[in-house]
Amino acid sequence: MIQQRKLEIAVGFFMVLGLAALFMLAMRVSNLSTVGLSDTDSGYNVTALFQNIGGLKVRSPVRVAGVRVGQVTGIDLDNRYAAAVRMHIANGYTFPKDTSASIFTSGLLGEQYVSLDPGGDPVLLKNGDVIRATQSALVLERFIGQFLFNKAQEPGSK
Amino acid sequence: MPPVTLSHPHDPNDAPLVEVRGLCFAREGRVIFDGVDLTIPRGRVTAIMGPSGTGKTTLLRLIGGQLVPDAGQITVDGQQVNRLKRRELFELRKRMGMLFQAGALLTDLSVFENVAFPLREHTHLSESMIRDLVLLKLEAVGLRGARDLMPSQLSGGMARRVALARAIALDPMMVMYDEPFTGQDPISLGVLARLVRHLNDSMGLTSLVVSHDVHETCAIADYVYLIAEGRVVGAGTPTEMSASPSPWIRQFMQAQSEGPVPFHYPALDLITDLMQEGGA
Amino acid sequence: MSDWFAAWGRQGLAVLIRLGRAHLLLFDILCALPALVRRPGELIRQVHSVGVRSLVIIVISGLFVGMVLSLQGYNTLVNFGAAQSLGVLVALSLVRELGPVVSALLYGGRAGSALAAEIGLMKATEQLSGMEMMAVDPIERVLAPRFLAGVLAMPLLAAIFSAVGILGGYLVAVGLLGLDEGAFWSQMQSHVEFYQDIGNGIVKSLVFGIVATWIALFHGYDAVPTAEGVSLATTRTVVHTALAVLMLDFVLTALMFNKV
Repeated sequence: MIQQRKLEIAVGFFMVLGLAALFMLAMRVSNLSTVGLSDTDSGYNVTALFQNIGGLKVRSPVRVAGVRVGQVTGIDLDNRYAAAVRMHIANGYTFPKDTSASIFTSGLLGEQYVSLDPGGDPVLLKNGDVIRATQSALVLERFIGQFLFNKAQEPGSK
Repeated sequence: MPPVTLSHPHDPNDAPLVEVRGLCFAREGRVIFDGVDLTIPRGRVTAIMGPSGTGKTTLLRLIGGQLVPDAGQITVDGQQVNRLKRRELFELRKRMGMLFQAGALLTDLSVFENVAFPLREHTHLSESMIRDLVLLKLEAVGLRGARDLMPSQLSGGMARRVALARAIALDPMMVMYDEPFTGQDPISLGVLARLVRHLNDSMGLTSLVVSHDVHETCAIADYVYLIAEGRVVGAGTPTEMSASPSPWIRQFMQAQSEGPVPFHYPALDLITDLMQEGGA
Repeated sequence: MSDWFAAWGRQGLAVLIRLGRAHLLLFDILCALPALVRRPGELIRQVHSVGVRSLVIIVISGLFVGMVLSLQGYNTLVNFGAAQSLGVLVALSLVRELGPVVSALLYGGRAGSALAAEIGLMKATEQLSGMEMMAVDPIERVLAPRFLAGVLAMPLLAAIFSAVGILGGYLVAVGLLGLDEGAFWSQMQSHVEFYQDIGNGIVKSLVFGIVATWIALFHGYDAVPTAEGVSLATTRTVVHTALAVLMLDFVLTALMFNKV
């Protein structure tokens, strides 16, 4: 019976170790611990309409002043060919109704994210609201093309 | 405390316990039994003897329902074994003990737990009842003191005795012995032979011993069947058998190298065989 | 020529027959699982023998796989100036692929071969027949608890492998290569999805656990009851487990991660 007890302790230890590993994978490695996991938890959803979203993807982060407040939960094309980006904002973050949204890239080759710029309206954004004041993603090819075009237009150019 | 005997609903004067009629069985294209008839009476020690490779072990497996005959029928205690449903077969097997050649003890359990195994599986007895029963069964085979050993620490003869204690743990109506005497030193051979006879008489068992040890088997058997080449070639009490004029029986009982069972494996005539190789 | 075809046909039929027997055995094992609630003790014993005893090899292998991954990944990523993504690389490789696959291969070699040998030996020494004659179903008594134990242990082993591997990668990245600790973890957190990556990794390891344990049990149970038969069964277990795990891994990956 002492044998059996030792066995049970060893198996219990194994189980705890396995679950601890799973817990570590969940909380330390994956995004489970970070805000805005899904649109099912508490919080609210808003939609922003962009002309071009560049490389933005579902689950890209939503940031305000660099602080992560939510994530992109869906990307669709609306009936006027604008990209409708649905975002989930975690509970506890509230923003004025005239908040604007932009798509930025973190670093030169980094991921793209939605940045919100809070405005001054006393009315707050609520679930289902649409943000229309947006600035599209910077598409590098378009940017370079424009840069070269401008360069050629410069009067001092040879 | 007397051994707890489960009463079996059988009448000693009733029909034989095991009846085998017209048994045919072939495996991998080789015919092992071709029309075997056997009758195993209740309360007796019946021996089935025959040269090695005649399928004596197969016969026990057929009676135990582990194999299904190609033709013929096997009846145990009025139930036709090969027609039983799985559950019914398992119920029947609880009343049959079998002693395997090497004992077939469960290697990860101690001697005590091995004997307790069928009790734990099939009864809801309390721990103290199981302990008493196991010790009684071990006492019957003289190994009460070895209860804490593991099977790997036992000699071959002891392992068989433990297996015997396990086979009788549920107080079965019959015990089948598969080659119980093979590879035993003379002392444990004598011990085992006496145990078979003693348990049969004291517990009111029916015993079926499969063996090719003529001397030991004849000493304890009430009735002997001799099987060779898929058929029953002789039957009778040990005294009748040793007096039989049949060449089969004489060869086997007296251990002659030549007889109906040839010394040579079937082959070409020696001269032809030698010439063939030289001429090729 | 026709002999040649006949030989192939015979081989093919033999394989199909074995496959059929294997499925029948799996079916019988699954049918016997509910009866296990009556013997938790046996299940614990088997989790010990397949899980706890595989722990050392899993932890050590996981540590070194993670460390090597970190070292190799760094050498490549640093050329693209993306060394801070090393944590992501290590975590995703381990969680999605290496954790489930390598731990299943190790499990097949360590626990699977032991299971096949144990059951093959029980068959060779007539223990299984003996149980049957004692009206005890060896599938219920011997195979089912081992099967369930394997299926339970495998995802835990894979999770331990991945976790230890990530720690090993962390040690190399931060301790040896001098990467920023915060970047290592935060990049990892923002790129590793719980359901998509870790969840699918767990599903993979569960499937591998079922398949690897099934293969081991079948080869043991189907072994020719002789010494050669048992050794053949262990060899086949390791080979077939490796093949099955790698092929299934491709199929599962295609099903799981091939979405936009």
